[in-house]
Amino acid sequence: MSTVESVTPSGAAVVRRPRRVRLLWFLVCLGLIAVLIVASIAVGTRFVPVPTILDALGGADDTLDQAVIRVRIPRTVLALLAGAALAVSGAVFQGVTRNPLADPGILGINMGASLAVVVGLAYFGLSNPNSYIWAAIAGAAISAVFVYAIGSLGRGGPTPLKLALAGAATSAALVSFVTAVILPRNDIAENVQSWQIGGVGGATFERIWQVLPFLGAGLAVCLLSARSLNSLALGDDVAAGLGERVAIARGLASLGAVMLCGATTAICGPIGFVGLVVPHGCRLLVGPDHRWLLPFSALTGAGLLLAADVIGRIVARPGEIDVGIITAFVGAPFFIYIVRRQKVRAL
Amino acid sequence: MSTPADLRQASPATVAAVTRGRTRRNRRRRIVIGILVVLIGAMVAVSLMVGRTFYPPGDVLKVILGQDVQGATFTVGRLRLPRTCLAVLAGASFGLGGVTFQTMLRNPLASPDIIGISTGASAAAAVAIITLGLSGSAVSVFAITAGLGVALMVYLLAYQDGVSGIRLILIGIGIAAMMNSIVSYVLSTAGQWDLQEALRWLTGSLNGVRWEETVTVLITMIVLVPVLFLGSRDLTVLQLGDDTASALGVRVDRTRLLVVVCAVGLIAFATSATGPIAFLAFLAGPIAARLAGPGHSLLLPSALVGALLVLLADFAGQYAFGTRFPVGVVTGVLGAPYLIYLIVRANRAGGSL
Amino acid sequence: MTTEHQLTAENLSLGYKDRTVIEGLELAVAPGRVTAIVGANACGKSTLLRSMSRLLSPRAGQVLLDGKEVHKLPAKELARTLGLLPQSPLAPEGITVSDLVGRGRHPHQGVFSRWSVADDTAVAAALEATHTVELADRAVDELSGGQRQRVWIAMALAQETDLLLLDEPTTFLDVQHQVEVLDLLTDLNRSRGTTVVMVLHDLNLAARYCDHLVAIAGGKVHAAGRPCEVLTEDTVRAVFGLDSKVIIDPTSGGPLMLPIGRHHMVA
Repeated sequence: MSTVESVTPSGAAVVRRPRRVRLLWFLVCLGLIAVLIVASIAVGTRFVPVPTILDALGGADDTLDQAVIRVRIPRTVLALLAGAALAVSGAVFQGVTRNPLADPGILGINMGASLAVVVGLAYFGLSNPNSYIWAAIAGAAISAVFVYAIGSLGRGGPTPLKLALAGAATSAALVSFVTAVILPRNDIAENVQSWQIGGVGGATFERIWQVLPFLGAGLAVCLLSARSLNSLALGDDVAAGLGERVAIARGLASLGAVMLCGATTAICGPIGFVGLVVPHGCRLLVGPDHRWLLPFSALTGAGLLLAADVIGRIVARPGEIDVGIITAFVGAPFFIYIVRRQKVRAL
Repeated sequence: MSTPADLRQASPATVAAVTRGRTRRNRRRRIVIGILVVLIGAMVAVSLMVGRTFYPPGDVLKVILGQDVQGATFTVGRLRLPRTCLAVLAGASFGLGGVTFQTMLRNPLASPDIIGISTGASAAAAVAIITLGLSGSAVSVFAITAGLGVALMVYLLAYQDGVSGIRLILIGIGIAAMMNSIVSYVLSTAGQWDLQEALRWLTGSLNGVRWEETVTVLITMIVLVPVLFLGSRDLTVLQLGDDTASALGVRVDRTRLLVVVCAVGLIAFATSATGPIAFLAFLAGPIAARLAGPGHSLLLPSALVGALLVLLADFAGQYAFGTRFPVGVVTGVLGAPYLIYLIVRANRAGGSL
Repeated sequence: MTTEHQLTAENLSLGYKDRTVIEGLELAVAPGRVTAIVGANACGKSTLLRSMSRLLSPRAGQVLLDGKEVHKLPAKELARTLGLLPQSPLAPEGITVSDLVGRGRHPHQGVFSRWSVADDTAVAAALEATHTVELADRAVDELSGGQRQRVWIAMALAQETDLLLLDEPTTFLDVQHQVEVLDLLTDLNRSRGTTVVMVLHDLNLAARYCDHLVAIAGGKVHAAGRPCEVLTEDTVRAVFGLDSKVIIDPTSGGPLMLPIGRHHMVA
C-alpha cells in the first residue's frame, strides 16, 4: 500500500489513518470554515447579502451594511482565533494529563485567569490590556499547577476523576472569590459581569493585535511539543525509555497550552468545553497522532466557536446569546457522554 | 419469632461494655446538638438586636409579642425578624437536603449544589421571575419541578447497571455547567439588571426578604421534614451499600425515592426564597459529621449546622466588612477552601471520598 | 434449637438485561447445614445468592422460604429470618465496630422504637462469637482485612437470623484469615444450628468446610450432595473444564483436588 508511513518513535500508539483521508477531512474543514465566515459576516440582527460583503472586502465602505460588516469582521476573526487556541490547549492538556476529561474550563484554568484579571482591575488599576493578558496568563498558570497538584495527590496519580473534581472545586472556589472581589466595586462590576459569561461580541482589531503575539507563541510551543506528546501518551515510564525528558516535555507543552487559554480568556472571558469537545472529535477523524491532532483541533475549534457565535446570533434574534453559553450547552452533554463511556474503575 | 437460645448468651461484662460505649457516643451527640441549639438561639437574638441601630432585648421581645415600639416595630418586625427566620429555615433546609444526598450517595461531593440540583432550581426560578415575570408560589413550583427534573436527569444519565456515585457526581458537574449558563443568559437578557438581584440567583442572598417567602419555606419544612426523619433510620442503613441495606430489610428503591423527593423539595423551596446559598448544602453535612461523630443519623445536626452557618455568614456579611456582602458570597469564600481541603484529604487517603 | 427453615429455588431463571445467567435451576438448601456453592467465574453463583435473598427478582420460577415466595414477603420480616453478607459491603467513614454491628439490629427495630436491652445483648453476643469484643470501640476503617470481615459477620449475626447467606466471605483474605472465617462459620452452625449458605472460590476449602456442596455449570446445578460425592475428577472437568486428580485429604479424610495443567501430565 502506498499509505504506509515511516514509523515514528511512538509508532505503537499511533493508529495510522491513510494520508488521503486526513487530507480530505482537512479540505472539508477548510470549506466549512469558509462558509461559516461568510455566514458570520452576513448573519445578525441585520442581514447582509453576500455581494455587499464581497464589495466591503474589496474596500468599499459607504453603506450601512458595510458599516455593519466592519464590526463583524473583527468579531469573526476573534472567534476563529479563540476557538483554535482553546481547542489546541484542550488537546494539549488532554495529552499532558492523559486524561479524557481535561479542558481549560473543567480544570478551572479559565477561572484562574478570570480571577487574576478581576483582581488586577479592582486592586492594581490594570487598564492597559497588555498587562491584563499577563495577569490572565499568570492566573491560568497558577491554577493549572494548583489543580494538577491536588489532582495527582494519592494513589494512582492524576486520574480523570480526581483532576475533574479538583478542577470543578477550584473553579467553584474561584467563582466565589471573583464575586467577592467585584461586589463592592460597582465601577467595574458591570464590565466584569458581561465579560465573565464569555463572548466575542466586543472584538476590535486593536485588541486582537494585543493577544496575537501570545497566541502565536503558545501555538508554536504546542505544535513543537506534538512529538513529545505522542511519547507521553504511552506513559511516563515508556516515554522516558524512549529518551523523552518527561518533566521538561510536560512543562513546556503545558506552558504553551496555558498561554493559549490565558490569553483567550483575557479578551473573551472564560469559554468552556471547546477544549474538551474538539480534540475528541478530531481524534475520531485523524487518529491520536498529535502532529495531526493539534492542527486539526485548531481548525475545527475555530470553526466550532465561529458556528457557536453565529448560532447565538440567529437563535435569540434580535438579541444574541454569548458563545460561552452556547458552548456550555453543546459541550456539557458531550462531557456527560464521555463520562458515561468511561468505565468506573478508570475514573 | 424464634431466635437461637444461646444467641442471648453474652457475658454481662460485654453487654455492659456495649451499652456504655453506645451511651457515651450518644451523649456526645446530645451535647453537640444542645450546644448548636444554644448557639442558634444566641445568634437569632444577636441578629434581632444588633444592626445599624441597637434595640435592647426588651424592645425586641415586645415587637415579637405584637406590641408597638417606636422604630423597632419596623426595623425589627419588618426587616430583621423575617430575615432571621428565613436564615434559620433556609439554613436548615439546605443542611437537610445536602446531608440526605451525601448520606444516600455515600460521598460528601454528591451534595445538591455540586451535582446541579440547586443550580437547576435556581435557573428555573430565574427564568420564572425575570423572563416570565412570575412571583410567589408560581416561582416555587417552577423551582421544585426543575430541581426534581435535574435530579431525575442526573440519576438516569448516571445509571448503567446501577448507579456509581463517582459517575453521578461528574455528570452532575456537567449538568450544573449547563444550568449555570441558563442563569447567565437569563440575567444577561434582563438588560439593566440589578446586581443584587442577580447575585441572589448566582450565590444566594437574604436581602429584601418578605414574610411570604419565609412562610412558604416554613410550610414546606412542616410537610417534608417529618417524612424525611421517618426515613432517617433506613437512610443510615443505606450507607452500608444497597445489597447490605436490602438484606437488612430496607426497601432500597422506595427509601431512596422518598428521601430524594423530600430533599429536593426542601432545597428547591429554600432556593426559590434565597437563591442557592453557595456551598451551604455541601458544608453542613461534613461539619456535622465532624462534630457529632459517625454512626448515627446526621439529619438533625446538619440542619442545625446549616441554620447556624447562615445566621453567622449573613451577620458577618452585613456588618463585618466595609460593604454589605450577601450571605452566599460569605459562605462561598469560606466553603470553597473547605471543599478543596476535603478533596486533598480524600486524595491523600487514597480512594473514596 | 432453631426452627428448621426450608429455602428452595424452583425452576429459577435469572439474568441481567439481555443476558441470562441461570436457567431453570432447582435447589433445596439443607436446613441446619453448611452449604457451599462453587462454579467457574461468571457462572451465576453470586447471582443465585442475590436472588435467594430478594436482591434480584427472578425472570421465571421462584425462591421459596417455608413455602412462601421471598420476593413477596415483607422486607423486614424476611430480614429477621434470612441474612446476607454481600461481597463488598461499605462501611461509613469513621463508624465504630459496635455501631456497625448495631446496624444489624435494623430489622428488629420499628420507626419509633428505642434501642433496647435485647439490642445491646445481641450486639454483645455477636462481638463475643466473632472474637471482636476488644475491637468494639475502634473505627472500622482502621482494621485489617481479616478483622474487618469478622466484624461484618458479627453484623450479620446481630441480625439474629436462622439462615445466613455469604457471598465469597474469604475473598481478599490471607490464607490464615480464610481458615479463621470458615472456622467461625462452622462454630456458628454447630452451636446455633444456623443454616449457612456461602459462595466460595476455593474448591478445596469448600469441600473441607461444607456438609453439602453445590456445583453450578451452564446455569443449572450440575451436581449437589456430600463433598465426596460431588468433588470428583469428572465434575471438575465438567464445571471448570480442567483436568485434575482428586485424592483423599490426609487431614480430613474428605476429597482434595489437585489441578494438573499442561506441564504436569500424569505419566
